[in-house]
Amino acid sequence: MTAPKAPAGQEAPHRALVELDHVSKYYGNIKALTDVSLEVHAGEISCVLGDNGAGKSTLIKIIAGLHRHDAGTFLIDGEETTLVNPRDALDRGIATVYQDLAVVPLMPVWRNFFLGSEPTTGAGPFKRLDVRLMRETTRSELLRMGIDLRDVDQPIGTLSGGERQCVAIARAVYFGAKVLVLDEPTAALGVKQSGVVLKYVAAARDAGLGVVLITHNPHHAYLVGDRFVLLKRGAMSGSHTRASITLDELTRQMAGGSELEELSHELERAPAPTHLGGHPVPGKAE
Amino acid sequence: MSTIAGPSAPAGADERLMRTSPLRRLLGRPELGSVVGAAAVFVFFSIVADSFLRASSLGTVLYAASTIGIMAAPVALLMIGGEFDLSAGVLVTSSALISSMFSYQMTANVWVGVFVSLLVTLAIGAFNGFMLTRTKLPSFIITLGTFLMLTGLNLGFTKLISGTVSTKAIGDMEGFDSARKVFASQWTIGGVEFKVTILWWAVLVAIATWILLRTRFGNWIFAVGGEADAARAVGVPVIRTKIGLYLGVAFAAWVSGQHLLFSFDVVQSGEGVGNELIYIIAAVIGGCLITGGYGSAIGSAVGAFIFGMTSKGIVYAEWNPDWFKFFLGAMLLLATLLNAWVRKRAEATK
Repeated sequence: MTAPKAPAGQEAPHRALVELDHVSKYYGNIKALTDVSLEVHAGEISCVLGDNGAGKSTLIKIIAGLHRHDAGTFLIDGEETTLVNPRDALDRGIATVYQDLAVVPLMPVWRNFFLGSEPTTGAGPFKRLDVRLMRETTRSELLRMGIDLRDVDQPIGTLSGGERQCVAIARAVYFGAKVLVLDEPTAALGVKQSGVVLKYVAAARDAGLGVVLITHNPHHAYLVGDRFVLLKRGAMSGSHTRASITLDELTRQMAGGSELEELSHELERAPAPTHLGGHPVPGKAE
Repeated sequence: MSTIAGPSAPAGADERLMRTSPLRRLLGRPELGSVVGAAAVFVFFSIVADSFLRASSLGTVLYAASTIGIMAAPVALLMIGGEFDLSAGVLVTSSALISSMFSYQMTANVWVGVFVSLLVTLAIGAFNGFMLTRTKLPSFIITLGTFLMLTGLNLGFTKLISGTVSTKAIGDMEGFDSARKVFASQWTIGGVEFKVTILWWAVLVAIATWILLRTRFGNWIFAVGGEADAARAVGVPVIRTKIGLYLGVAFAAWVSGQHLLFSFDVVQSGEGVGNELIYIIAAVIGGCLITGGYGSAIGSAVGAFIFGMTSKGIVYAEWNPDWFKFFLGAMLLLATLLNAWVRKRAEATK
């Protein structure tokens, strides 16, 4: 990687690229998201942490333009906005990389790289894809991100999960995204692959992008994150900057704090049935 | 399949990449299985039917192939886009009926009827696409509905207007001769008769291939068929792409319908039922994945050619044509198996 180590104490710009202020989303009578606030600054990574069903997906769908928010304000570059569709979000510089639907597996890498924003050459009925440019750019852009592809013609489905995420991130960076939203980029990956993906996330940050990293892994989040928003049952249960929280505390809050203590308590007493007040556990010899 | 390497990695020739032989590249093409199949069918009928290799037979076989191929090309694109059109067969008949009956009833120049038919046929295609993208029901159901409705309308309207199941003859009407030249003429080259539909077929396949491989719309077709949600997420207009594909099928149905009308001068209203499956078979034999996202327009042409050779080869071999459907079914199974096998090998060795 050529990317320099991130200057740790980078000065935060005055205005957030994207700001959610007490945003809520309802599906019928179900409150999917209530009063969630989030700031995304250039050259920073904002992490959204939460367990399954905490509202992470709903939150990114709002930022990505798949859903409209029902209450609160959504600011892009300080301007209040309601996104109509994903194209709208892309046009405003917000690119979203989804865990499982980042790419079309059967299509070659170069077709995937430019999907939706294909460059053309020629005019009138002879307007055609600039295939040479597409292939060369794909190769060089991926190489710049440190992915050395053997063959840009191979179906992208033949790449590993981590590589597919990296291609999707490289694509977003190439197309000049200002804000990169990553939906659980490391969820299905092994330790080494996760490290590779996090490296590209950091590279995107160093390139000046604002990154939203959705994850349920506090360790991954703490490795790269500048801000942390914790979601629980559709509501915000905590919002911290890196300076104000430690990894242990983040992990504890993420796991539900007191709930975790209770759980560890329950787990502890299993091998020690005397804690049950003298009642022997059936089927277990003392 | 790739590695993470430092910036010093060579940008030119890659030492891990074996030189891809032309044969290997050929194996990766979606239409390969169908080409092998076509060669096998050709050799087979060359042996069992003496007259199959005569030059005059070529014109007949190509004509039979073209009537299917004109429709198979847009149907293949639609399948690559992940959808079916079961109404394509009867839509051809509807298109012919509309031209004929409109011209006759209005006593207008037949070109007026032809033009009205184009509009109505495209509208039916748009209806299919619109219903599909609006209701999000499977295209199988939507176009099955359209298929049944059109079958009923074809018969019902024709009986209501002309009293019988066929339309009135329009052979003596104004514009008929020029329209026949465009849609149903023939040339003799070297003593062999070639119908104009062969030309239409070649042009449509060429355009379809160009669109599929070299335009943005083509990239979108692969994407909406391969993974519609991913395509939508990167800004591909999924709805517009699918409606466009149905319009393509409707346009080809119009061309076929006009050929049907101007080859004779009457149209039987019950025709076309069952053809929709033959178009799909041609596309599948040509390498289209039934689940979408993969295939080719040239493959559909090879599939149609196999269809033409089989349907006429059985006649030249002086067999009972009742056997034709059996051959078609066996061919479909074999071609699909061969395609699956070839693709697996091609991908494994890439």
